[in-house]
Amino acid sequence: MGHRTPLYDEHVAAGGKMVDFGGWDMPIHYGSQIEEHHAVRQDAGMFDVSHMTVVDVSGTGARDYLRRLLANDVDSIETGRALYSGMLNEGGGVIDDLIVYKGDKDYRLVVNCATRDTDLEWMEQQAGGFAVDIRERPELAMIAVQGPRARAQLAALLDGERHDAVENLPAFAFADCGDWTIAGTGYTGEDGVEIILPGHHAVALWKQLADAGVRPAGLGARDTLRLEAGMNLYGNDMDGTVSPLEAAMGWTVKFNEGRDFIGRDALERQKEKGHHRLVGLVLEGKGVLRAHQKVITGDGEGAEFEGEITSGTFSPTLGKSIALARVPAGTKGQVQVEIRKKHLPAQVVRPPFVRNGKTVYKPL
Amino acid sequence: MSEIPAELRYRTSHEWVRVEDDVAVVGITDHAQDAMGDLVYVELPEVGQVLATGEEAGVVESVKAASDIYAPVSGEVVAINDALEDEPELVNQEAFGNGWLFKIKMADPGELKEMLTADQYQEQLDSE
Repeated sequence: MGHRTPLYDEHVAAGGKMVDFGGWDMPIHYGSQIEEHHAVRQDAGMFDVSHMTVVDVSGTGARDYLRRLLANDVDSIETGRALYSGMLNEGGGVIDDLIVYKGDKDYRLVVNCATRDTDLEWMEQQAGGFAVDIRERPELAMIAVQGPRARAQLAALLDGERHDAVENLPAFAFADCGDWTIAGTGYTGEDGVEIILPGHHAVALWKQLADAGVRPAGLGARDTLRLEAGMNLYGNDMDGTVSPLEAAMGWTVKFNEGRDFIGRDALERQKEKGHHRLVGLVLEGKGVLRAHQKVITGDGEGAEFEGEITSGTFSPTLGKSIALARVPAGTKGQVQVEIRKKHLPAQVVRPPFVRNGKTVYKPL
Repeated sequence: MSEIPAELRYRTSHEWVRVEDDVAVVGITDHAQDAMGDLVYVELPEVGQVLATGEEAGVVESVKAASDIYAPVSGEVVAINDALEDEPELVNQEAFGNGWLFKIKMADPGELKEMLTADQYQEQLDSE
């Protein structure tokens, strides 16, 4: 038996098909992954993301520590905003990707559950010389409510500052409302919020949302939604051997003057030398793109002209298969993907594929 | 509990066969479709293709995974279910009916004896 979130019994009661995910028993779907996907794109869905690891970083050295620890710069956002960043090793590889919430005095990080142990160990190891306190918050649950009607559905259940926060928070802003943190963040490419709240509040909120018609959605839909939104999945699209520059995360790396973040030297060397890029693919015919399929660019023969799919799936919104693939710099137009020894044409595109319910990808 | 019709024969890899004279209609079981989740793509053999028992005959793909389909008996493919090209979800909806995959004209109907009965297939599922 794996770890269980406070919502475990709710998932089982709702017909959730439970699977192991990074040591947690989580719902992959509640009957139909595709219907859950459409609910989030067209209406409102909710995800239990309590398995994710919440870590608070406080102390007078917190700012300096995070400016060293993270490739993105916490100084680039105002208090009350959230920032997406990679946490890199000395070689520039991604130890994890995370969201950092900048509070009045303290910071809160939300990291992946599968990388929890290595993340915490690394964070402790790097804390030497900084006046910081690093504290995991396992007693907190997290619910993501996503979709065009997510905010309206959730706001109707709340009053006071929580209601106002849900209605008005801009994307990537957050508000501390008593013992809840409400944030305009998500992993679907739709409008919506994520709520970090005490574990013992989670069941009541989940039930209220379900009664209001917000559809529970599992990890399966979470994956197809994030892939349509062109968002990376740690362990698929990047890991400790892949730099943010090779994972379409260049925009999260701030090379501001004099800031000595971990991995900076390696990234600067890689920038000079050149590197592969992460692009989107849309399969032209029938079939399904999958991780690890080979991409042949047609610019030549041999490994230097080849790439690999890092995440692939059937896109319920587009009705065809899409993928993220790491390919040589400059790859554009059409490529061939090797599927069961056959070569099938795919279009090279710039993700995201879908945002706010609309097809938005552009050919490269 | 998934449905397991008594009149069909089964393979351990979750294909079923329904015998219509010397033709074997092949599909995947209700258990298999349920385990895979929403199907989005089905690749079938060509009509006229001759398959050996246990040979790869096609692929069914759900949102999350691809799974090979093996020929449960040997013989020539005499029909494929064209409807699945546009409606692969038929396999989810009616695994033992309109979600059939292909038909084989059996080279040796004796091979059916080596397939699992419904009870034997149920035992396999119980032990998984």
